[in-house]
Amino acid sequence: MTDQFDGQDDDGIDGLQQAEPRQRALRKTAPIVPAQNVVGRALIVVIAIMTFLSCVTFGAVTLVRDTASVWENQISTEATIQIKPADGLDMEAALATAAGIASEFPGVKATRIVDRTATARLLEPWLGSGLDIDQLPVPRLIVVTIDETNPPDFDAIRAAFAPKLPTASLDDHRTWVNRLVAMAHTTVTIGVAILALMLSATVMTVVFATRGAMAGNGHIIEVLHFVGAEARFIARQFHKQFLLTGMKGAAIGGVAAVVVFIVFSWWSSRNMATPEGDQAAALFGNFAIGLAGYLGVVMVVVVIGALTAATSHATVISYLSEIDDRQSDIA
Amino acid sequence: MIRFENVGLRYGMGPEILRDISLHIPPRSFQFLSGPSGAGKTTLLRLLFMSLKPTRGLITMFGKDRTRISRTELPLLRRRIGVVFQDFRLLDHMTTYENVALPLRVRGREESSYRTDVVELLKWVGLGERMHVLPPVLSGGEKQRTAIARALIEQPEILLADEPTGNVDPQLARRLLRLFIELNRLGTAVVIATHDLTLMEQVDARRLILANGRLDVYD
Repeated sequence: MTDQFDGQDDDGIDGLQQAEPRQRALRKTAPIVPAQNVVGRALIVVIAIMTFLSCVTFGAVTLVRDTASVWENQISTEATIQIKPADGLDMEAALATAAGIASEFPGVKATRIVDRTATARLLEPWLGSGLDIDQLPVPRLIVVTIDETNPPDFDAIRAAFAPKLPTASLDDHRTWVNRLVAMAHTTVTIGVAILALMLSATVMTVVFATRGAMAGNGHIIEVLHFVGAEARFIARQFHKQFLLTGMKGAAIGGVAAVVVFIVFSWWSSRNMATPEGDQAAALFGNFAIGLAGYLGVVMVVVVIGALTAATSHATVISYLSEIDDRQSDIA
Repeated sequence: MIRFENVGLRYGMGPEILRDISLHIPPRSFQFLSGPSGAGKTTLLRLLFMSLKPTRGLITMFGKDRTRISRTELPLLRRRIGVVFQDFRLLDHMTTYENVALPLRVRGREESSYRTDVVELLKWVGLGERMHVLPPVLSGGEKQRTAIARALIEQPEILLADEPTGNVDPQLARRLLRLFIELNRLGTAVVIATHDLTLMEQVDARRLILANGRLDVYD
């Protein structure tokens, strides 16, 4: 026993009144729930990985979408008129007529007949060199350059050909473009679905981690309960730590993703003229995700951080309600 | 202040631990709650502290029907009750000072507003020199006094103490008892759950004896 307490045995309340004000400085107040009790490094790593994968998915979707739109634009600047040979058809005259008809339409910038030599070159991979094109019934092509901003009425062009050149057909590449657009949309949809799955997995991970933290700190929650702490106060002690963890993990993952994008972009610019670079560029464009992509990465980081905080808050509140309900159930 | 009328409690489908308990704890009263081990003293204290709901009967806490007290009201009512557990339930990562100040912290008060009060109380219970020490290095008696100080810091209307002298020697037990008497004189109602007859013989106070789930009150 200390002397002070011994003294209090006799003077009790007087002792209380005579107590001296404190002189010593106290250490910084300890957190009610110690950080190391709540979240370990593992959770930060998991959130960082989830964020990284989400950002990479987001970046990949941006890349595919941009590349697809480039393809679409490139193709939509041209259309092709194809004239199939037929008995008694003067191919050269037909080509000139078709080019003449097409060039009269507003929105057609230019027409170019693919000549015999070029046609022979096109067929070379299948039929070999030294081909005499006149001996074979080979369709001939006219390349029509289109004004992108003011495209011509393709149906009207087709209708104009029909009476004079029944074997001519106009391919505006719409089928190909539509397929590309559909593919891009599918890729974006798959990407968004993967992103949603990643975010759901992150939420579930945080739920498990929060519940684990709550269970591991049951003794603290109990003490807080009986000193009259409100559920909101208890929840705040936990979700503060989770917000910090979420932001930390998300920032690490986001930075790692940005680094990966920069490295790939650097690699593709260094290997621009090589076969590997050309292959990659053919598939993914120039590997730059652009400002929108980087903003998206920032958005993913913020969303994951906020999601972590909101999830842990909701989990803590529901856990505390469960405790209350359990007490009621006992009775 | 607290009134029980024909209160019964059972855990799940088990037998009734408490049966037809009727009692009234008036303001500024002092009573011992006694009975053999396993008689239900702690359960009765938990009912008094509203951490359990009765299976049957009526409990009125500070004029409110227990069944009508909402989750949001519960913490506010608990703040009017101080509890000292037999196993202290101190937070090991917090110093004596921080443990005692915890009830004030959860009320959102700034440290500067309560620092002097906490230090004075710690000195009053004889822990002035131990306020920066973590509970694992405190002796049993010091832990007990820390737990008591934490229960008293907000000057509760009623103090519930579960075997407060169970871990200390008779001399310290007597001193702790004097501390409770002093508190009672200051206006706090006190309920001490104990099976220490020697302790009870030292004070002429009301006795609530629990046996076989029933309560007998000796005024």
